[in-house]
Amino acid sequence: MAFLDLSNIRKSFAQSTAVENFNLEVERGEFISFLGPSGCGKTTTLRMVAGFETPTSGTIKINGVDVTNMPPNQRQVGMVFQSYALFPNMTVAGNIGFGLKVKRQSESAIKARVDEMLKIIHMSEFGGRYPYQMSGGQQQRVALARALAIQPQVLLLDEPLSALDAKIRISLRNEIRAIQRQLGITTIYVTHDQEEALSLSDRVVVMSNGRIEQIGTPFEVYNFPTTRFVASFVGTLNVLSADVADASGKIRIDGQDIQAAKSVANTVTGSSITVALRPEVLSLNGHNTPGAINHLTGTVDDVMFLGPTMRVRVRLKDQSFQFDEFNNPQVPPPQPGQQVTVSFPPEACLLLADT
Amino acid sequence: MTRRASPWAWLWLLIGALYFFVPLFATAQFSLKAKKDVLSFAAYQNVLGSPAFFQSFVFSFRTALLTIVISALLIVPTAYWVNLRLPRLRPVIEFLTLLPIVVPAVVLVFALIRTYNRTPLTDSRAGTYILLTGAYVMLSFPYMYRAIDTGLRSINARTLTEAAQSLGAGWGTVLFRVIFPNIYISLLSGAFITFAIVMGEFTIASLLSQPAFGPYMNLLSSSKVYEPSALAILSFGLTWLAIGLLQVFSRRLPGRAQIVGTK
Amino acid sequence: MAQTIGAETDLPTATPRTAFRLSWAWLGVVPFFAFVIAFLFYPALSIVVQTFLDQGRNPTLQNIRDLNQPFIISSYLYTIELSAVTALIGGALGFLLAYAITLGHLPVWIRSSILTFSGVASNFAGIPLAFAFIATVGVQGLITQSLKSIGISIYPRFSLYSFWGLAITYIYFQIPLMVLIMAPALDALKQEWREAAENLGATSAQYWRHIALPILLPALLGTTALLFGNAFGAQATAFALTGGGAQSSVVTILIGAQLNSDALSNPGLGNALAFGMIVIMTITIGLYSVMRRMAERWLQ
Repeated sequence: MAFLDLSNIRKSFAQSTAVENFNLEVERGEFISFLGPSGCGKTTTLRMVAGFETPTSGTIKINGVDVTNMPPNQRQVGMVFQSYALFPNMTVAGNIGFGLKVKRQSESAIKARVDEMLKIIHMSEFGGRYPYQMSGGQQQRVALARALAIQPQVLLLDEPLSALDAKIRISLRNEIRAIQRQLGITTIYVTHDQEEALSLSDRVVVMSNGRIEQIGTPFEVYNFPTTRFVASFVGTLNVLSADVADASGKIRIDGQDIQAAKSVANTVTGSSITVALRPEVLSLNGHNTPGAINHLTGTVDDVMFLGPTMRVRVRLKDQSFQFDEFNNPQVPPPQPGQQVTVSFPPEACLLLADT
Repeated sequence: MTRRASPWAWLWLLIGALYFFVPLFATAQFSLKAKKDVLSFAAYQNVLGSPAFFQSFVFSFRTALLTIVISALLIVPTAYWVNLRLPRLRPVIEFLTLLPIVVPAVVLVFALIRTYNRTPLTDSRAGTYILLTGAYVMLSFPYMYRAIDTGLRSINARTLTEAAQSLGAGWGTVLFRVIFPNIYISLLSGAFITFAIVMGEFTIASLLSQPAFGPYMNLLSSSKVYEPSALAILSFGLTWLAIGLLQVFSRRLPGRAQIVGTK
Repeated sequence: MAQTIGAETDLPTATPRTAFRLSWAWLGVVPFFAFVIAFLFYPALSIVVQTFLDQGRNPTLQNIRDLNQPFIISSYLYTIELSAVTALIGGALGFLLAYAITLGHLPVWIRSSILTFSGVASNFAGIPLAFAFIATVGVQGLITQSLKSIGISIYPRFSLYSFWGLAITYIYFQIPLMVLIMAPALDALKQEWREAAENLGATSAQYWRHIALPILLPALLGTTALLFGNAFGAQATAFALTGGGAQSSVVTILIGAQLNSDALSNPGLGNALAFGMIVIMTITIGLYSVMRRMAERWLQ
């Protein structure tokens, strides 16, 4: 039985529906991300698990107990907010120990637990500091410790790193994941940053417009997106319009013929279809790999040097696409105006339903 | 999160509303009783028709305008320069802003009269009028300064000035076509508060023996019964007008309006 | 070649230009400072100094000692008591009203109307306010008469011209001042703090006790101090209600009276009275200032 069970969750407000048809089962100790753009309903769903919003219909069960209508202060879930939400009138120790003080635990028990948490977040000397004396990254670690101190059943994080600098974001997200693994706590992590979601999670829930688009491991969601939205939201994607050339999976992009691995069912020859190609599956003709039987020729529009890779934009007749080349100091990069041909295998073509 | 109002909130609102409105209602009702057994506006007619009312009202009105003008002329450049070039003066000004509260009206007028005793300032009509206006400028200064300073800070006067200068504007253009159009609303809000303060002021006016609106109101209470209530309602209406207009204008401003006046 | 010349010519012009600009700035603020000095600072300072000088300009503490008369001491005590009572009661009611319109989930229009009204009411003081309360709880007042008609006679035990009469009149402008200052402070209580507290298991009462009230405490104390000062410095209202007679008990009226009976009374006494008032107000406003700074530091 799943540890956290969201079943047929629906949340509607007066004018609109924020979340619809949401079903998810989370195993104990799993790290799940809700990934999607602003307004997709991911935060609303998180807040329903926390108890700050009540579902219009559907049930939420934690460890077999139906908590759908339980007030937030009885649920034993820990929440980390985007704005840290540390209590400004208390020290770090006071903040971390607050959940325990509220349960009327003894002073010594509280102190022991606080010290333990401070050690886990590597901030043992910060116990007497006040929030306004600390940086954003430090405050967020304290917020994490505060949420974990009460030994919650589920840990909820609402875009915890959005307010922080890029460098801190990366080191802190790894720290969060390490702590989560160490404690084995079931976690839901809300973010709009797909790199965060992909690098941290056991599974990703991609959401859009209040609905789940796809649930899967990062590998699955990235490599085998099931909808156009997921394909374009997760990773960069070239989306090209093509015409169906024949029923065997041959399609025509701007006059050039391409063979897809799967045939397209129920399509009429000549009708339009969408092809998605990841930049990393395309390679310049010079690096011929066996099986890369598809070729597209175009003119180089622009070259962006990204450090380890270069991103080259190529123009076909009416459309353009991008591909990535490794930065090789021995090989000069393509120049704008230059004619290039890229190759890719049939499996790289993702034929997508137009939604 | 439930959005229903807590019953306690309604209770405190009720108590507050009663405290605010019952006296107003009582005054309004009283003011309509000038004619025996019949509700009439006789008291209002008496008041509004009396020359003493008109004279004292005009006196205070003129003084209010003068106060506003002097205040603005003194404070706008000061606030502007402090914002732009003299940020070190800011704590000094903050301290000065508290002075008119530390030195209440009666102490202020006492100090003015004693200090300038036996000078033309206390011996002549014109002199005491100067003292009166000067005192009023001091009373209004905290509110004026805060309004204009908030306005300058919200439009980031320093950056705007630098941007304008980098585009080739001279000082005149900067002041009149960049800064002023953006702060005239703050000026207005300060002006409205000053207006309300001066119109209702009593202590300084009476101790300087000025024929202002405040002393006139007080004088009336010793001779008439119903007219004072009518005056109170009129005065309230006037204050409401001033502050109401202030709220309308300052809705376009960040920062809040704080109002403290004659007590 | 041209560059070197440019560098050389740059240096001499730079210094006088900045010096020139600085002097324009100072010129811009001099009229203001001159005005404040002439009409506030110098007179106030002069009074403070004069308090310690006698008629012959010799230093003395006699003026201060002259304050030690029964009617003056009782006046100070009376004023302090009046200010404290109205600050506490007005402050409490004002806080509750501010709470109601911010966190009470009342309809939105109520908040803005109460705030606007508070802006007006806090300025509606002095003579007209006294008139209003005469019409309400004076001998012929609406409430007095209504209560009489159902058999309750509040006079003569209560009098509008007594301590409590003055108090309830003062409270009329204390409440709105509290509302105006505390409403934004209550707004500054972040929703997330409440949610975080609930999340950690706190009840509403625990949230208020451990988080909200401690955070609000500097603002509450500071504003109460401000209310105290507000009442202490009030003159017009008391004057209108008590007529400014010799038996009037508020210090501000005593000071005003000093100006009218100059030839007879001790001029040094007036100075000392004013000085005493300045001292009390300085302590009060100093407290307010300190509290406000503390509140800002926490809520940044």
